[in-house]
Amino acid sequence: MWRDTVLVAGKDLRIEARSRVALSQVAPFGVVALALFAFALGPDRSTMAKGAPGLFWVAVLFCTVLAIQRSVSVESVDGARDGLRLSGLDPAGLFLGKSVAVAAQLLVLEAVLGIGVVVLYGARIEVPWLVVASCLLGTAGLAAVGTLYGALSAGLRVRETLLPFLLLPIAAPVLLAGTRIWQAAMAGGVPADGSQWLRLLAVFDAVYVALGIVVYGPIQESA
Amino acid sequence: MAPAASLPPVLSLHDAVALSGRFPLLAGVDLEVGRGETLLVEGPNGAGKTSLLRVCAGLVPVASGEVAVFGLDPVRRRSQVRRRVGLLSHASHLYDDLTVRENVRFSVRAAGADAGRIDGACERLGLTGRLLKTSASKLSAGQRRRVALAVLAARWPELWLLDEPHAGLDASTRTTLNEMIGEASSSGATVVIASHEFEFVEPLASRAVTMIGGRVTAERTLRGAIIPAPSSPVTAPAEGAPAPDASAPAPSTPAGSTPAQSTPAGSTPAGPASPRQLEGPVAHVA
Repeated sequence: MWRDTVLVAGKDLRIEARSRVALSQVAPFGVVALALFAFALGPDRSTMAKGAPGLFWVAVLFCTVLAIQRSVSVESVDGARDGLRLSGLDPAGLFLGKSVAVAAQLLVLEAVLGIGVVVLYGARIEVPWLVVASCLLGTAGLAAVGTLYGALSAGLRVRETLLPFLLLPIAAPVLLAGTRIWQAAMAGGVPADGSQWLRLLAVFDAVYVALGIVVYGPIQESA
Repeated sequence: MAPAASLPPVLSLHDAVALSGRFPLLAGVDLEVGRGETLLVEGPNGAGKTSLLRVCAGLVPVASGEVAVFGLDPVRRRSQVRRRVGLLSHASHLYDDLTVRENVRFSVRAAGADAGRIDGACERLGLTGRLLKTSASKLSAGQRRRVALAVLAARWPELWLLDEPHAGLDASTRTTLNEMIGEASSSGATVVIASHEFEFVEPLASRAVTMIGGRVTAERTLRGAIIPAPSSPVTAPAEGAPAPDASAPAPSTPAGSTPAQSTPAGSTPAGPASPRQLEGPVAHVA
């Protein structure tokens, strides 16, 4: 399983390195979204800083949808998905490999968006490790649930519209927990509040990684 | 290598029905293919040739009937079956953003095959020099086909499922492909070829079956074949199976002709006779 994970993740990351879709299209989209949120909130920097945690995670969710759609679409060209099925790859390894590749891209996107939040909204982070931990755990959960629902929608002609419809409600716990952790990190001195939400993210990750390992194969075969 | 009659068939379908929604892809196929045998599957467009290959690869489950590949259910035991099966389909299964070499390497390693055979396979298919470093998005249809063939050559599976393998290939690659098919069969691999290009395939095949409306309707041995095939009974579809395509053309030989006869073992390939001269008797079964 681990060999297949590395193989698939390496393939997807190599494709991303060549096409640079995440960096040249998804990251600018996220920054534009942050700028639009700033316009909508008005010129008051304190209002923007207050809303920064939630807006950061909303932008991350939008970027996740695009990253997952890209991950699905590379397998939709020239029968590549059938090629993967025919190769006899371990479905669990395939799921983990695609999740790892998406997670790596999301972490880069979150770094860009994090800088955007600090610059555009004037957000001040007092407890950086909480932010880093929330991004790591939140990213793992988003990548796992996104890969799972991406596979569900893969064979459908309406996948571009169906995927956000399926994914965004399911990812709501990540938005909620991530926002609370960032609020704790920005308030400073109350990491205990954040650690409760970190545990929620860890449970979310465990559930969807385990679910993906078990059901990704059948989903892929029926898509 | 001659197929051993005592061995269980590599490929076995019994009254296999496959559906796409409510549309019948296969309407009760009975077929057995032995080890080392090269089988030509012919028939008009929409007859079910591609569906037959996809069922054999485990990509399409059967709704009823039985399918066994190497004695295993290709859907339930798919990971065990698929690493022993190579399917050359209409799609090349390539990633446009990867180079030729990266595509071949990924496919071969994903299938758990020996990566040491990649260079030789690419060279054999004329994928050398700058072409190896070319992005798949820049390849012509024929070059993409050659890359797919290179994957097959590097993997060298035990069961080759080839869907219109000569389509889009230049003359030299067709020759290379024919050599590969001959070598695969000689090495004990089983080859199933769905094709309309009889002039290329019939000299390679030991047996041919005709599909119409999702059923095997006729079978014949090919005298010119290198590998003699065991006679394989082809039975009529079970009652209640979906009806064959009524618009499909009827077999050309009158009903009631004698069953197919195997070419005697050890017979030598025929000379450069025309493909139709190489045909054996036709058996009508539906």
